[in-house]
Amino acid sequence: MNERQGKDTQEQEDRRLRMVERTMRMYGNEPHALIETLHTIQEFYGFIDTDLMLFVSEKLGVPLSKVYGVATFYHFFTLKPQGEHACVVCNGTACYITGAKNIIDEIGKQYDIHPGETTKDNKLSLLTARCLGACGLAPAIIYDGVVVGKQDPMSVIDTLGRWIEK
Amino acid sequence: MNYEELLEIAKVENEKKAQFVHTINVCVAAGCISCGSQELLDAFKREIEKRGIENWCKAKGVGCLGLCTAGPLISIEPEGFIYKDVKVSDIIDVIDALGGEPVKRILCPSDMSFFKKQQKIVLENFGKIDPERIDEYIASGGYQSLNLALREMSPSMVIEQIVKSGLRGRGGGGYPTGLKWTTVIKASGTQKYVICNADEGDPGAFMDRSVLESDPHRVLEGMAIAGYSVGADKAFIYVRAEYPLAIKRLRKAIAQAERLGVLGRGIFNTPFNFDIKLRLGAGAFVCGEETALISSIEGNRGMPQTRPPYPAEYGLWGCPTLINNVETFANVPAILRNGSQWYSSFGTEKSRGTKVFALAGRIKNTGLIEVAMGTTLREIVFDIGGGISADSKFKAVQTGGPSGGCITEEFLDQPVDYESLVKLGSIMGSGGMIVMDDTSCMVDVAKFFVEFCMTESCGKCVPCRDGSAQMYYLLNKISKGHGTTSDLHLLEKLCEIIKNTSLCGLGMSMPNPVISTMHYFREEYLTHIHDKICPAGACNIEGGRK
Repeated sequence: MNERQGKDTQEQEDRRLRMVERTMRMYGNEPHALIETLHTIQEFYGFIDTDLMLFVSEKLGVPLSKVYGVATFYHFFTLKPQGEHACVVCNGTACYITGAKNIIDEIGKQYDIHPGETTKDNKLSLLTARCLGACGLAPAIIYDGVVVGKQDPMSVIDTLGRWIEK
Repeated sequence: MNYEELLEIAKVENEKKAQFVHTINVCVAAGCISCGSQELLDAFKREIEKRGIENWCKAKGVGCLGLCTAGPLISIEPEGFIYKDVKVSDIIDVIDALGGEPVKRILCPSDMSFFKKQQKIVLENFGKIDPERIDEYIASGGYQSLNLALREMSPSMVIEQIVKSGLRGRGGGGYPTGLKWTTVIKASGTQKYVICNADEGDPGAFMDRSVLESDPHRVLEGMAIAGYSVGADKAFIYVRAEYPLAIKRLRKAIAQAERLGVLGRGIFNTPFNFDIKLRLGAGAFVCGEETALISSIEGNRGMPQTRPPYPAEYGLWGCPTLINNVETFANVPAILRNGSQWYSSFGTEKSRGTKVFALAGRIKNTGLIEVAMGTTLREIVFDIGGGISADSKFKAVQTGGPSGGCITEEFLDQPVDYESLVKLGSIMGSGGMIVMDDTSCMVDVAKFFVEFCMTESCGKCVPCRDGSAQMYYLLNKISKGHGTTSDLHLLEKLCEIIKNTSLCGLGMSMPNPVISTMHYFREEYLTHIHDKICPAGACNIEGGRK
């Protein structure tokens, strides 16, 4: 059983790595493929770890320091693994003045986390976004990739509770 | 692909459309989708099939209908009824009412100023065509301007039209578009590039997202015309990774256009080749600055370079590069189709045409609008926007995002154009308009923007990197009730220095929100300092009364 699981994970791992290699190949393994490659890693692995940075650095002929520099410069990339669920609170201007701050405070109180952190049981990551462009529906939140508008602290806590139990 | 084939596609599509007595257009832009419009569209399709009326009634997805606050929105053609807050339970009534009286309980009044007072050029296809089908764009006259340019105009004739139209950069700077194109065509170099700046980083702005989601081909056509005019055969669209739907629709649009031959090699049987690629941003506000954007496409950190040389002479990989905003490109096909004279008949003396704005904040009708330049702020906020939500009082309208300023009630009758807004201490910006009421504290708002710029500063030049942190420190101190009058003077001085000595637009415009709030709401700063009170109740004053 364990052997089987190990095999599956290996296959999964190979598949993800193939996707990363494919992106680099698409851009001719040129140094300018760096950001697109990091996007692929972020998409398939959920975060960017050191081994992968080393791998990309060798393949594209870009110094590791630069790979690290680029990966940390852009907010979209994370170097830490995320929790099972991700709740992204939009903190753009429209959301801010319609109460995003209260939502972040309330989640922080309930789950004892700050933006950018993951709960101890690894269930929930709280993130903030600069602006989702859903300003017409402010304040907006992304629950695991689904954008929901017109939120308030109570409805958010309610949704999170139900969602995490599932 | 040749012109006759293009006309044939349009003809077939229009004939198909004429078969249907009624069309139900469901908005499938990101705003309405997050209110469940995709499920609604599926439900309409199922119901139509169930009733066996698919011969004369059709439901389809369309681009943004504008009034995002009341989503999901649908419109009924040919009657022109617009329904708001439509739920799956409403579809039976909506279909029953086809051809008769509209369903009153969900109907948007047809004389609503929100729809009446707008002037649509960039948004002309919004709510009408399916953004995922190139045929519908062609049926509405799409790609005919590209054909016209390639077959009947020389590059300099196209540029002359753009110059005469008076079109200025819609990204916020307001640089004359024709002049920019002329610089690129004159620059020496065999390889040139066109870049579409879709890195809409301003928090509170969503015009570019809507244009890309609702009418992507319009932008592609504008870019191809620009490429022909300046002699470029390769182009990039740099789009925010935070806009997955826009990316998906752009990818689809590019693939469709290439398959039909309106992009790619030998377009319209001419020697003109044009190839567009997407590049995803990765969440850096500074990449909206053109030289930082170029660095990012090259795979580097998005750090600005000193200018000159400008990208028009030395841009992507050292080649002459034309960078325009999404909305600027989206204006181009309409200008060529209707002529520069038609375009310059809209707007004011120095700001021609129209501008798309994203209305948000404490306003009744949040959403996307397009008005002729020169419309007053009062018309936008109170007529089109419907005024302030709830019963609170208007306090300020913020334009231009973190680079702009706040405008107060007494200046609401000023026309909206590039120069007037600068005179008021704000900027046009890309088009975000955030309306604030008396629950917003201006010190807090200034702090919010400075914090934004502080985290978004790339760190290359000292005034921006350290200055933003110092500004934040002072504003934080004031908002907590620990500020003194000398802090206010220091803040003023700091604003001046940062404005004059920063390397790029981000730093140069960063003090704007602080300067404008200190100018118009000085009292509010002083109340925080002397009385330790936040009148709006937004700041956490330590040890003071709230």
